[in-house]
Amino acid sequence: MSVAAAPYDELASSKRARLLNELNELTHWHAEHCEPYRRILSAAFAGQTLFRSIEELPAIPVRLFKTIDLVSVPPTEIVKTMHSSGTSSQGHSKVFLDMSTAGAQTRALLSIMKSLLGSKRVPMVIVDNVNTINQREAFSARAAAVRGFSQLGCDHLYLLNDAMEVNWDALQDFTSRHKGETLLVFGFTFIIWQYFYQESLKRGKLDLSDGILIHGGGWKKLTDQQVSNEEFKRCMRDQLGVRHVYNYYGLVEQTGSIFIECAEGNLHAPAYADVLIRHPETFRPLPFGARGLLQLMSNIPRSYPGHVLLTEDLGLILGEDDCPCDRKGKYFMVEGRLPHAELRGCSDTYQERL
Amino acid sequence: MSENEMTLRAAFCEVLSLPEDQITDETSYGTTKWDSIAHMALVAAIDSSFNLTMDTDDLLGMSSYGKAKEILRKYGIQI
Repeated sequence: MSVAAAPYDELASSKRARLLNELNELTHWHAEHCEPYRRILSAAFAGQTLFRSIEELPAIPVRLFKTIDLVSVPPTEIVKTMHSSGTSSQGHSKVFLDMSTAGAQTRALLSIMKSLLGSKRVPMVIVDNVNTINQREAFSARAAAVRGFSQLGCDHLYLLNDAMEVNWDALQDFTSRHKGETLLVFGFTFIIWQYFYQESLKRGKLDLSDGILIHGGGWKKLTDQQVSNEEFKRCMRDQLGVRHVYNYYGLVEQTGSIFIECAEGNLHAPAYADVLIRHPETFRPLPFGARGLLQLMSNIPRSYPGHVLLTEDLGLILGEDDCPCDRKGKYFMVEGRLPHAELRGCSDTYQERL
Repeated sequence: MSENEMTLRAAFCEVLSLPEDQITDETSYGTTKWDSIAHMALVAAIDSSFNLTMDTDDLLGMSSYGKAKEILRKYGIQI
């Protein structure tokens, strides 16, 4: 799998055909190397491994990663096992990475971020505690995000101590040291909101005006608090004084698929990934503009069958190749989670067949 | 051995906890202790020792001790 140097340059006419080939090849690979996956294809897709369109490709519900070990390489080749942080009643997803897939995911991330930040590493504030990254074998989605994005930065400041309190002196020192330079501020959306933003309100406005804030990790907690994306941006600019705020959407079950917001507020599919929307009950593919379940496709996952995944997130595709920001490819928005009850049928069906 | 080479080898020894005589051009990412966390520590140590900030492509491309030397030469370090 090759990582495009320019992640947003390819038009649909070229991308569709190329990605379909790559996803077919991966489907075949995983059918050969992952027994549960082969059985799914056999039970639900007549054992097919070659599909005529992206819409016909077999999609695995992300929930399945919580209940079965889906892996396509021998255990000796696994270098990392990622896990999601779900509520304990749901269990945790396990995602098995070998060196090649882990490396490809890193290159994908850097390629996407390079298009936003350039190739120079920038002084970086990580709104989290340094201990989040210190587990070497098993990685949470949060640890992986911090570790992945931290490669973009230099002179890293981990802003929060073990009690998740802001080290204000260190921040002051950091901003003085890097006066006039572009800063990168990175963290999980909820952590930035709860532990940095809320605390800073008690102290007066900050001036991180050279800062680009990149955040991701889900809106559920903020939605519960009635904070929208627009509201979040406004608060960040107003209180922290950052110039640019970019949300990203990603999934631990398909790390490397990073969909970052453009200046217009739209999430963009890079060259190695794509999205489509399915009706939450019939699973029929839906046209642009229709809200439904997000299906994510990526040519990266080789060590585990995560190349075509049906998420539990609702969203809609806004368009393709014509975003005013000038990036090519599909652009979309994510609107929140599907309530649990509705998705059970799909995963249960797969479960029964295995 | 040049002073620059000694400095580089010292960074590798320290971050990877390897004895000096085990560092060769082939010492690479993914072998024993050189994982993604060690990688960031190596980059930080090299940046600091040579007073530079390597760009993201070089950070990503620094997959071995041999590569590290090539990268330093790009930044004008004689090694």
